[in-house]
Amino acid sequence: MPKKITTPLTDDVIEQLHAGDAVQITGTIYVGRDSAHKRMIAALDAGEALPLDPKGQIIYYMGPSPARPGRPIGSAGPTTSYRMDPYTTRMLEQGLKGLIGKGNRGPEVREALKKYKAVYLAAIGGAAALIADSIKEAEVIAYEDLGAEALRKLRVEDFPAIVVNDIYGGDAYEEGKAKYHVEG
Amino acid sequence: MREINCQEITDTVARLCIEANYYLGEDVLDALRNAREKEVSPVGQAVLDQILQNVEIAAQGELPLCQDTGLTVVFLELGQDVHIVGGDLNEALNEGVRQGYQEGYLRKSVVDKPFSARVNTRDNTPPVIHTEVIPGDKLKITVCPKGGGSENMSYLKMFSPAAGKQGIIDWVVECVDRSGANPCPPVIVGVGIGGTIDQTALIAKKALLRAVGQPNPDPEVAELEAEMLERANKLGIGPQGFGGRVTALAVHVETFPCHIASMPAAVNIQCHSARHKEAVL
Repeated sequence: MPKKITTPLTDDVIEQLHAGDAVQITGTIYVGRDSAHKRMIAALDAGEALPLDPKGQIIYYMGPSPARPGRPIGSAGPTTSYRMDPYTTRMLEQGLKGLIGKGNRGPEVREALKKYKAVYLAAIGGAAALIADSIKEAEVIAYEDLGAEALRKLRVEDFPAIVVNDIYGGDAYEEGKAKYHVEG
Repeated sequence: MREINCQEITDTVARLCIEANYYLGEDVLDALRNAREKEVSPVGQAVLDQILQNVEIAAQGELPLCQDTGLTVVFLELGQDVHIVGGDLNEALNEGVRQGYQEGYLRKSVVDKPFSARVNTRDNTPPVIHTEVIPGDKLKITVCPKGGGSENMSYLKMFSPAAGKQGIIDWVVECVDRSGANPCPPVIVGVGIGGTIDQTALIAKKALLRAVGQPNPDPEVAELEAEMLERANKLGIGPQGFGGRVTALAVHVETFPCHIASMPAAVNIQCHSARHKEAVL
C-alpha cells in the first residue's frame, strides 16, 4: 500500500521515507521546470524574494499541456530531472523538502538531499493523463510569459509517486537495476 | 501530373498532430501488453499497468498521452508526379502544426534563439521536415511528435570500420545503459548504421517509424536487432528505471552504404509513448 503524505513536509515524514516506497501526496505542490528555475536562482543571486516560500514544500518538474474548458489542467506528467541539477542545491538551501520528476540525479543533488533532509521522488513519465486526475486545482503564480514553463501552484489529492532518493543515500534506480541485472 | 492543394495538406497535418498525441498505435499497445506479460518485477508491472491505463484515458480524447506533445517531425514521401498547388508547401505544413496544436490542446514546446533567449514560438512551429521524392503521384505524410526527454538521449559516433559488428552492439547497449530512467523506459531504440553523419542520424530516427518489433527485412540486420534487444533487456533498468526485465520494447536498425573509411552510427531513443500517424493523399 502506498504511504499517504501531506504537504508541507516535516522532518518526521522525511525520515520515514525510503527509496522504493510508493507514496500518495495530498496538499499543495509547486510546479517549475527549466526556465522557472533559472529565474528563481537569478532572483536569489540578486537578493530578491522568490515568488513562493519553499520551506517544507515540494517542487514538481512539469510543464502541462493546455487545460480544456472545465478542467484545472491538461496532461501533467514529469519532465526529466537532471536538467534541474544545477539549480537544486540552492533550492534545498532555501528549505525545499521534496522534488518530483523522473530520471537519475547527479551526485551533488544526492548529497544535498542528505544534508538538507529532503527527498527526490519520481512520477511515472508518460502517464500524464492519469496523473492529471489527481490534480484538483492549478494556478499560475509567476512567470506567466513562460507559457508551459510558468511557475504554478497545484492542489493535489493522492498524487502518485515513488521515492527515488531518500536521506539515507538510498537510490531506487540503482537498487532496482541491481536486482534485475543479468550478466552477459 | 496530379495536383494536391495546400489546404488539404494543412488539414491533414492538423488532424495527424491531434491523432498522434491522443491515440497510441495498436503496434505500440500490443508491445506494451506483451511487456506486461513478460515483466517479473512487481514495480515494473505496476508501472506498465499505469501506462496502459493512461493510454485508455488519453483515447477518450480529452487529455493527450503525454504533456510533452513534442517537437513535430514531419516525413514526406512526395511522388514526383505530384504538383503542389494553392500555396507554399512549407507554410502549409507550418499551418497544419499551428492548427493541430491549437485545436488539440497540445503543448507548445518549441523555442527559438536556442542558445540565448529561448523564446517560445507559441504555436509549436516550425516542424522539422524531411522530404523524400519517390516515383508516383501520391503524397505520404507522417507526423511524429518527438518528446524532448527521449530525444535528449541520442548518440552519434564515427566508428572506425575495424570496430565491426561487436563494436556497434556494445556501444548501442552502453547508450541504453547510460540513458537509464531518463528517456521513459520501456523504450524503442532507433539505430542507424552507415551513411554520413547526417544520414546515419536520419535513418536512426526513421527506424522509429517502423511497427514496433517488426524486424528489418534483411535477416542479418534482423539478427543484429535481436541480439541488441536481448543485451539491452539484461541491463535490468526496467519500466521507468525501477528495475525489471523490460527496458526496451524493440531495437530497430536501419543501414545505409558508407565511405570505405567510415562506419558512422547513431542512436535515437523513443519513449514508450511512441507516437506517429500517417496519411496518404
